[in-house]
Amino acid sequence: MTAVSFKNVDFSYGEDGFHMKNFSLDVEEGELVAVLGHNGSGKSTLARLMNGLLLADGGSVEIFGEPLTEKNLYDVRRQVGVVFQNPDNQTVSSIVEDDVAFGAENVGLPREEIGRRIEFALSAVGMEKYRDATVSRLSGGQKQRVAIAGVLALKPRVLVLDESTAMLDPRGRREIMDVVLRLNREEGMTVVLITHFMEEALLCGRAVVMNRGEIVMQGAPAEIFERHEELLTYNLTLPRIGEICKKLQAGGLPVPDTLDIDLLADSIARLLNE
Amino acid sequence: MNPFPLRGLPLKGAARGRPPIITIKTMQITAEHLTYVYNPGSPFAVKALDDVSLTIEEGEFFGIIGHTGSGKSTFVKHLNGLIRLPSSQKHYKKPKAKKGQPAPVEPSLKVGEFDLADRKTDFRALRKKVGMVFQYPEAQLFAETVFDDVAFGLKNFEKDLKAEEIEAAVKAATEIVGLDYAAVKDVSPFDLSGGQRRRAAIAGVIVTKPEILVLDEPAAGLDPLGKKEIMELLHRLHRDWCRTIVIVSHDMDEIAENCTRAAVFSEGKLVCALPPKELFLKSEELLSLGLDIPLTAKLCAALAKRGVSVGCDFTVDGFVRAVLGAKGEKR
Repeated sequence: MTAVSFKNVDFSYGEDGFHMKNFSLDVEEGELVAVLGHNGSGKSTLARLMNGLLLADGGSVEIFGEPLTEKNLYDVRRQVGVVFQNPDNQTVSSIVEDDVAFGAENVGLPREEIGRRIEFALSAVGMEKYRDATVSRLSGGQKQRVAIAGVLALKPRVLVLDESTAMLDPRGRREIMDVVLRLNREEGMTVVLITHFMEEALLCGRAVVMNRGEIVMQGAPAEIFERHEELLTYNLTLPRIGEICKKLQAGGLPVPDTLDIDLLADSIARLLNE
Repeated sequence: MNPFPLRGLPLKGAARGRPPIITIKTMQITAEHLTYVYNPGSPFAVKALDDVSLTIEEGEFFGIIGHTGSGKSTFVKHLNGLIRLPSSQKHYKKPKAKKGQPAPVEPSLKVGEFDLADRKTDFRALRKKVGMVFQYPEAQLFAETVFDDVAFGLKNFEKDLKAEEIEAAVKAATEIVGLDYAAVKDVSPFDLSGGQRRRAAIAGVIVTKPEILVLDEPAAGLDPLGKKEIMELLHRLHRDWCRTIVIVSHDMDEIAENCTRAAVFSEGKLVCALPPKELFLKSEELLSLGLDIPLTAKLCAALAKRGVSVGCDFTVDGFVRAVLGAKGEKR
């Protein structure tokens, strides 16, 4: 089943602002899709259109077949959870469990159910030990995991991460990616991962490259990174390992285009020992 | 243009016919036994810095690495007196030595001629010499136009500047960060793009011509191209504007590519301070501290496992050169 479907969506922020014209994209249930693009390419607009923070001017955004309108906005938001960039802007309570419960309380779930949901959500992100901790004393990665837990407590079917790792240190980034991959593989959660980090995109099943509100490339991440000249024209760069492959090739060492450290090392070792 | 002509020329000795002793005042940073505790004496007391001794020479492009909570931000906040040494505060009492024990070592910190352990130090003058760019500096933009925002710090540091002088300084600062002065000066900083906002915020710090520029995660949150542009900007500043650059970074590739030396902090302690090409030979140690290593170091380790040793300086170009060189030798 198609989880999220953009059908000929038009959207603009006023006259001379950002435009999106006749935009179409399908995300299947259970998929893990990376959305890449430089600043201002429309990635975040995409996230906001998915849960009705923004509404399309024309065309339709369908969530599990149902077009998103002002009327069903609140139902849709329970199905599509968005986690944003700044961990400090997304917490509402000072204690972890209160924060995770916030969304669930707002949709009016019974008390016992909320308790179960908190437990489920915190264990899904590996934060069950921090149930009574003070949010402000957590690290950035831990805060983002709490933010994800708050979204998971609503049992959404689609999780959208809008550059949710951009403000984290490498350890925090790994924590979030581990959680996302586990949710996708074990719980079958549909995930849309909007990111600047090419290395994160490599972990996804499909990558979509946006430029000026349009999809300009899509396919398996490894295939996309092979078309590196084209990526550069959209102000994106190769993952650093791809850059090394290109430079070795230019220097006359015929290594393959790969984004895997071990494959590249194998190939270099073989070529040097010839 | 070099804004810093050689200062402090030959003084002593020349008159007596001896060769002149050249004394050049340098903005060297020397920290000795720096220790800092947040919330001392409370249940939340945290020792953020623990006996850190570190010297940063003038002219360096210095990196500071360590994961969250390692004390790196606390360290850099000392450099322009945002965190003051205990001995530079009012009501300070020198700790007394216990009987039969040597006197406790007192932390000291000198930045050029400024002694930060001394209460009489002119911290205002220090802050003019040591510019500080915080994380996400664009969050601190506030004025109605880019011009006013960039000029703000300068006007506050130098009250009696003429309008033309301010304008010239703002123009120079705006241009070196890569913004088109004529096009942005009357624009609201909030109408700029993310990367441009960050540049405008940096211009507002460097407009006073600091000799040392400290930046906390200058490239965080930018897209790859924005990151590259910011690093190019820092090199431009290092060449033409500020003698010493100190960056705090989580990105080991960034450190390997750009820094002359890098200091590693862990749990408030200084682990080591080395040039990247020596530092990343200790990859095992860095990994055990929960830190990342640059991709080139990962590749060198993967190659070592396959019996190929490639000595390189851990920059991408250095690695490529080393591999191609090894190939050349075989032939």
